[in-house]
Amino acid sequence: MKKVVSLMLIAAMTVGLTACGSKTEEAASTDAAAEETEAGEEAEGETAATDGEKFVIGGLGPLTGAAASYGISVKQGAEIAVKEINENGGVQVGDTTYTLELNFADDEASEDKVITAYNSLMDSGINALLGCVTSGACLAVIDQTYADGILQITPSGSAMGCTEYDNAFRLCFTDPLQGVTMADYAVDELGFTKIAIIYNNADEYSTGIMEAFVEEAESKGAEIVANEAFVTDDVDFKTQLTSIKATDAEVIFVPAYYQDATYITQQAKDLGMELPFLGSDGWDGVLSTVTDPTTVEDAVFLSPFLASDPAVADFVSAYEEAYGATPDQFAADGYDTVYVIKAAMEQAGSIESADLIAAMTEIQVDGLTGSVKFTADGEPEKGAKFVVIKDGEYTAK
Amino acid sequence: MRNVLEQLINGLSTGSIYALIALGYTMVYGIAKMINFAHGDIIMVGAYALYVVSLLLHIPVIPSMILTVIICAILGITVEKVAYKPLRKAPPLAVLITAIGVSYFLQNLSLLIFKATPIPFQSVIQVPSISIGGLNISGVTLVTLIITIISMVILTLFINKTKAGSAMRAVSEDKGAAELMGINVNRTISMTFAIGSALAAVAGILYICQYQSLRPTLGALPGIKAFVAAVLGGIGNVPGAMLGGIVLGIIESMSKAYISTELSDAIVFGVLVIVLLVKPTGLLGKRKSEKV
Repeated sequence: MKKVVSLMLIAAMTVGLTACGSKTEEAASTDAAAEETEAGEEAEGETAATDGEKFVIGGLGPLTGAAASYGISVKQGAEIAVKEINENGGVQVGDTTYTLELNFADDEASEDKVITAYNSLMDSGINALLGCVTSGACLAVIDQTYADGILQITPSGSAMGCTEYDNAFRLCFTDPLQGVTMADYAVDELGFTKIAIIYNNADEYSTGIMEAFVEEAESKGAEIVANEAFVTDDVDFKTQLTSIKATDAEVIFVPAYYQDATYITQQAKDLGMELPFLGSDGWDGVLSTVTDPTTVEDAVFLSPFLASDPAVADFVSAYEEAYGATPDQFAADGYDTVYVIKAAMEQAGSIESADLIAAMTEIQVDGLTGSVKFTADGEPEKGAKFVVIKDGEYTAK
Repeated sequence: MRNVLEQLINGLSTGSIYALIALGYTMVYGIAKMINFAHGDIIMVGAYALYVVSLLLHIPVIPSMILTVIICAILGITVEKVAYKPLRKAPPLAVLITAIGVSYFLQNLSLLIFKATPIPFQSVIQVPSISIGGLNISGVTLVTLIITIISMVILTLFINKTKAGSAMRAVSEDKGAAELMGINVNRTISMTFAIGSALAAVAGILYICQYQSLRPTLGALPGIKAFVAAVLGGIGNVPGAMLGGIVLGIIESMSKAYISTELSDAIVFGVLVIVLLVKPTGLLGKRKSEKV
């Protein structure tokens, strides 16, 4: 009851503001209409004069903080997709044409901030949620998105639990799947038999990949000669590296984010170590944080997207023109997620959350990160791609 | 065995940074009898100052280091004048809380100016690493260790042998009596903060050369660890701070290598508790008898 009253108030307020002629407020009143039809009826009358209907995609990801690079990339990639779709006439759902709008909020990759950010998005009115960008924040918010029954697609939240509920889907690989894929690659393709690992045991992403990697690598006959842990915000890895130095490891696997990878590769060089590195998809972006690109030379990591691939040239040039930077896999994930939402809207023929969610398993999208279909568990079905750093550039393996 | 030696060197490398920071902590405590919790954040300011001066303003390395030290010394004096001086007669708890406030203020100010995204920073100290019998010691570690030892010696000599040093010791024993003897208490305390902050600036420069990444919170954890080091060595005692820092670094590195990474901080603080139980004044601290 309280919620209905507050929504009525919001609708009344936005209608009042619409009278002032502010364009953004018009959008807000449409959101309220979509969410609460009873209260929204009068608001709809006000916005009927605008071109078609608006479908608001809420975005959640870190725009500041140590993981900011991921959030900013996802946001910008999604913006490109939204712009493209709107320029091509929007999304046709039944008889109505919707223009897309992205409302992206900063969650600082934090379990606390994400709740506030999500609540303010819901208050402003969103039709589907693109997020979160990081696993930790995603796990913190899924209970609430499930309770609200909204379609949630995480572009890059790779922890298993991110798709625990029926309303949640993911575009990227899960952590265990990444671990298994990397182990297969390290043992079968690269022929390593003695592997050292450094992982963050205060982080679900890192431990999830590590556990699956260890299990798969050992079942393939490789030996894990060292398994060293660190915790979030550590900056000194010399102790762990020195322990690895004492073993006969042939390669170091670091399932972690790029900032940790930066410290680790730098300090490995300081210690005079020349072992090659393998990474997880969190490594993407590492070249912009290392001070010396030779420290990550020849490192191989999993990434579904490579900017130098000719197949994605249109997206890359549009992105470079808009933001003056080369897009990474997170930008591509953000872009693809918007197209997945579009496909779901078209398939569902409605913008009701329940219909959108039901449509998700029926669609197939040819995106930048490959052709993807979704299982009822919310998992994507697509192939793996690897990236190797050569001469200070990301290149396809 | 070789591995143990290598781990010892790792401990020495983090320990010498702790020691350098602890020198500033212990000096300010010894003279002004207050724990300057903002000390760690002055390190952060030093690191960012070096970044701005050398990378954005393109000033050569040595002058930009000197400029960084001057900036931090001025900051130290300003903080003392603005935040601590009005509280000179207030209870110690009020000063302590103000120091924590200053710490948050500096952190948030740099968050506002430089944003939270870490900034990569190429080390400005280009000293090749040396290897003794197959043991590799990085150049920055060597430089840090040497600078820490030099700072400790100069600081001890300064406090014990110079006129200004005598004034500092007099102020630390009894402010009122020192003033009656014609010592300018305010100037002496300002000088203490200037020297303490200059040491923090040096620590900031070395820290950033070692870890090569700037964050607004980079001073927080080393600051706390250095405080522990200063207490471990006997707060107020200059050689004690050096010893405490090195011991702390080595314990941390050894427990990470041979016991558990997750437990290393718990072990470090556990050692502090044991030392304080056995010898409450710290490793090198002297028990002072209260004069009646």
